Amino acid sequence: MIRGWTGPVSVFGAVLLTVVITGVGRRLVSFVVASLPLVISILLINTFIYPDATDALATVGPFTVTGTGLTVALQAALRVIAFALAIGVFVATTDLDDLLSDLERRGLGRRAEFVIGSAIRMVPRMVERAGEIVEAQRARGLDTEGRPWRRARGLVPLAGPMIGGALNDVEERTMALEARAFSAPARRTPIRRFPDSAAQRAARWGLGLLIVALTVATVGGWLNVP
Amino acid sequence: MSVEQALVLRGVRYRYAGADRFALDGVDLVVRPGEVVGVTGPSDAGKSTLCLVAAGLAPGTIAGVLEGSVTVDGIETRDQRPHEHAQQAGVLFQNPATQLSGTSRYVWEEVAFGPRNLGLPLGDVVARVEAALAALHIGHFGERDPARLSGGQGQLVALASVLAVGPRYLVLDEPTSQLDPQGTRLVGDALAGIADTGQTGIVLVEHKTDLLAALCSRVLVLGGGRGVREGPAAEVLADAGLHDLGVEPPSAVRLRARLAAAGVSVPEQAFAEAAA
Repeated sequence: MIRGWTGPVSVFGAVLLTVVITGVGRRLVSFVVASLPLVISILLINTFIYPDATDALATVGPFTVTGTGLTVALQAALRVIAFALAIGVFVATTDLDDLLSDLERRGLGRRAEFVIGSAIRMVPRMVERAGEIVEAQRARGLDTEGRPWRRARGLVPLAGPMIGGALNDVEERTMALEARAFSAPARRTPIRRFPDSAAQRAARWGLGLLIVALTVATVGGWLNVP
Repeated sequence: MSVEQALVLRGVRYRYAGADRFALDGVDLVVRPGEVVGVTGPSDAGKSTLCLVAAGLAPGTIAGVLEGSVTVDGIETRDQRPHEHAQQAGVLFQNPATQLSGTSRYVWEEVAFGPRNLGLPLGDVVARVEAALAALHIGHFGERDPARLSGGQGQLVALASVLAVGPRYLVLDEPTSQLDPQGTRLVGDALAGIADTGQTGIVLVEHKTDLLAALCSRVLVLGGGRGVREGPAAEVLADAGLHDLGVEPPSAVRLRARLAAAGVSVPEQAFAEAAA
């Protein structure tokens, strides 16, 4: 059964409205691009080989484009793009440090905060380190450009120092953390305060309740979105 | 009976888990507040192990067997949990990059990491951070990204981060080994400033005997996990047998030895003034 357009269009419209209000549209291009492989595969598979669809629109070689498949494909693609945009808006409008600080204030453990924060901050440093190692290997005559297999071969001397160095650092990092009372049982002192108006709190609670109500209504069969 | 205000190691032996021999084999050391005691020796002499034991990380964090006694102001480190000991004896390692938490955007936040872990009131956190930055004259680093500092600057921030936890003793494991001469000078000046306050006792493990000569009142030379020389820095570092123990004597001592070999006599006073 094909579902109607109300759901996907509503979700996409709501996300698009958020994009316009927040004004972060240009920063979302990479998120849309990142979703393209999934979107394209959804479009191709559903359009051409949707099971049991008989309403043929056109035939391309051994494949038949069906109206049902095309509709399902477009609706699914719309949902995926809306999802990618929603993540993009979140990333573009939310400061990681602020988010983690606030989550910690609300009860997220210091270990969880440390793991998430250090993992995210470590990515650009690992990229930097990889660049340094590649430069060092190049200086010693390693070919890291040209054909893919040559570049792949160059990964071996890159991975060794990267992984070895990271593992080597773990013990010293652990001890350095202990030297700074990381395992103290006290609740960490928050150093950031965030404005949180009554309207913002009401909006958060309202949206949360709306999600629960819609989910219950849909699953219970009381709400049938066309 | 009054409790000795000092970091004291008595007959300390330490064997890492799975190892056959003791990395430390009967070491004695006493460091009082306001004192800088240097520790040197060849590779594999047990210097880093001494740091781990003195800082309460071995056997707490690093598995192994500890014999003898390690006390801080009369309290056995065995009886303390790591965060309690961190407030008594702070430790700094060689690599500035691994000392920092990696979770802070600004130096100020990085230095606040320890006091925040202790759950101190915000006012106390601010006071400790400001005091630690001021003690090392790096208040102007506050808004910089810790990941974008030079080696020497990074080591100063790591030192400030340890100081902010409030230890009475600092255990420094070759804090300048990965630094260039400028970075070494930065850290050396900072340590001299801390020592001058008379509040903090420092154990400084170093290969750079010039730094030990400039900062330390006493020096312990380790060899094979045992103390092989100990005494006033001027005496130990001028010992003719130092080289045979695998330790490069300070440049002033080497110069004097060469001048003596060439038949040139220079009064002792000249070297003392040059060192000062």
